[in-house]
Amino acid sequence: MIRIPHVLSKKNRALLSELVRTDFKLRYQGSVLGYIWSLLRPLLLFTILYLVFIKFLKVNYGVPHSAVYLLVGIVLWSFFLEMTSGCVSSIVGRGDLIRKIRIPRWLIVISSSLSAVISLLLNIIVIAIFMVLNHVAVSADILWLPLIVLEMYVFGIGIAFFLSAAFVKYRDISYIWEVICQALFYLTPLLYPVAKLHWPIVREIIFSSPLSQTVQDARYTIVTHKTYTISQAFPSFWPRLIPFAVVVVTFLIGVSYFRKKSKTFAEDI
Amino acid sequence: MAEDIAIKVENVSKLFKLPHEKQGSLKSAVVNFYKHKKGFELQKALKDISFEVKKGEFFGIVGRNGSGKSTLLKLLAGIYSPNTGDITVNGSLTPFIELGVGFNQELTGRENVFLNGALLGFNRKEMIKMYDDIVGFAELDKFMDQKLKNYSSGMQVRLAFSIAIRAHSDIVVLDEVLAVGDASFQQKCFDIFRDLKKQKRTIILVTHDMSNVERFCDRVLVLEKGKILNVTTPSKAASIYARLNIEEPGETKGSPVKKSESRWGTGGVKIEKVLLSQDDTTGNKIFEVGKNLKIDIELKRSKGYENTPVVCGLAFYNKDGVNISGPNNTGQPIKANAQKLTFELKELSFAAGDYDLTVALYDEEVISPFDVLDKQVHFSVISDHIVHGLIEITDVAWQSD
Repeated sequence: MIRIPHVLSKKNRALLSELVRTDFKLRYQGSVLGYIWSLLRPLLLFTILYLVFIKFLKVNYGVPHSAVYLLVGIVLWSFFLEMTSGCVSSIVGRGDLIRKIRIPRWLIVISSSLSAVISLLLNIIVIAIFMVLNHVAVSADILWLPLIVLEMYVFGIGIAFFLSAAFVKYRDISYIWEVICQALFYLTPLLYPVAKLHWPIVREIIFSSPLSQTVQDARYTIVTHKTYTISQAFPSFWPRLIPFAVVVVTFLIGVSYFRKKSKTFAEDI
Repeated sequence: MAEDIAIKVENVSKLFKLPHEKQGSLKSAVVNFYKHKKGFELQKALKDISFEVKKGEFFGIVGRNGSGKSTLLKLLAGIYSPNTGDITVNGSLTPFIELGVGFNQELTGRENVFLNGALLGFNRKEMIKMYDDIVGFAELDKFMDQKLKNYSSGMQVRLAFSIAIRAHSDIVVLDEVLAVGDASFQQKCFDIFRDLKKQKRTIILVTHDMSNVERFCDRVLVLEKGKILNVTTPSKAASIYARLNIEEPGETKGSPVKKSESRWGTGGVKIEKVLLSQDDTTGNKIFEVGKNLKIDIELKRSKGYENTPVVCGLAFYNKDGVNISGPNNTGQPIKANAQKLTFELKELSFAAGDYDLTVALYDEEVISPFDVLDKQVHFSVISDHIVHGLIEITDVAWQSD
């Protein structure tokens, strides 16, 4: 079902852009501040975490610009969370389309994920503003950021394909995923300084997750080179490929499961 | 695949799993797994279907409710995938299973036009070009910036339809879209159909309205219980379909007279048997329009009535209980000792449908009834063309100067 010329066909692109547009318009339907919520939500979350972890608990991350450092983590995590949990119900939510017209099913998941991408782009603007305010020195490493985000997207979309297909039959999926996300939230060094964890095995487990690896790499490239990254967690080279392998395997499993199940979406929904 | 074939369906079967209960949770899946229960029943919606649709053909699919025609349509449209067999589509295909798919009540009319257009395969540029035409055709210029939820259902249908007719795919699949809308809207639909037909596009129409089938289709597929009964001309399909819709004839050997509330009379002369026939085949209950209908009424005379003249009256009632006609034999030569009366309708001209027949025997002055059998004989009329009204008048002439 997923072939490159097919994906990029004129018809699919038009459809995709129209679906994303609709999603975005409908998201803040009836709210006074509208799109601003896309920015305001992570900012408010950030403010709370900033007050709790930096001002009151005085957690020492061992890095300069700890506020921006914290913000980058929150924004990337929000992106992952919004994409995966937004996509879970995407197929079921568009059941009317699936049952009545011929629409590539994967397009629905992609369109749903793209609204998370739009939020991310808006949030990156916020990060940029904070960087300027905090006088963060920008290095050429920032060019790596798109690749890091891409890795996170591929990981997220693989999960999204799997979840959205499974959700058609098992509505328990959304609750299960909620719990798993809570676990992933703590597995990812968003709020705690990972360098200070005593046992190396814990650090290795943490960095086996693509989320930890991408968040820390993003912080390394745009905030500070003092960020504790995967190369410190795994002194030897080969284990450093674990998170990438996880991404590839997740993506392949997600896509193949989705392809297999998508044949009967119309009758199962 | 040959060049002139638009759609080729080969040995297609479709199974549905019907869950015993709502199997929407992991729990029931796990429970069923451990109990070795399947948790569902298999239903064969389509069995080994094969046919071809030629390019430029107006192809009809008819069938009763539950015959599998909607399933077949969804398979053709690529919404379902077949369990076995292959469907090959030559060219682009747009299904219209419902008008206004994807319409969102919270969006404005304008936004919905663009969304719906994209679902039909248009990009934004093309839609901007067509936008004014669409709105003009729907006659909704003033309402386009209002949310769809403030539209009446008629307005929504009009808007959806005027977008739908822009679709320029090679093959169009229609599912009883005609069922909605008022007379003028249906007229618009028909005009579009005629245009499509003129443009030599391939159209597949799924319906159970035989008048539309006869009006537009070149060939018709009749489905029954998931199987193809026939692929034939519209008129033949109409009569096959009509036959399907009439309850299976059970007792075919005449109508023996029974005692019941719907029977009264003095009983001097009794109706022994009423036998309907057409084309020398007796015992029928289904008759074709245009052919003769013969009704034989056998009499049983009690002692003392062997030579009593009898007047016979008939009354034909349609399903609504309307008396279509009530012929009788007063004024006709009556044989005093007749054992059998025969009524012959030279050319059956009733509209297709189910009928009840009343047979009554009276004395010569038509004062006291010997035997009245009220609506106890049932038969059906089928037609290979549409009769408007209750009865078809033949022997008419049109003139235009």
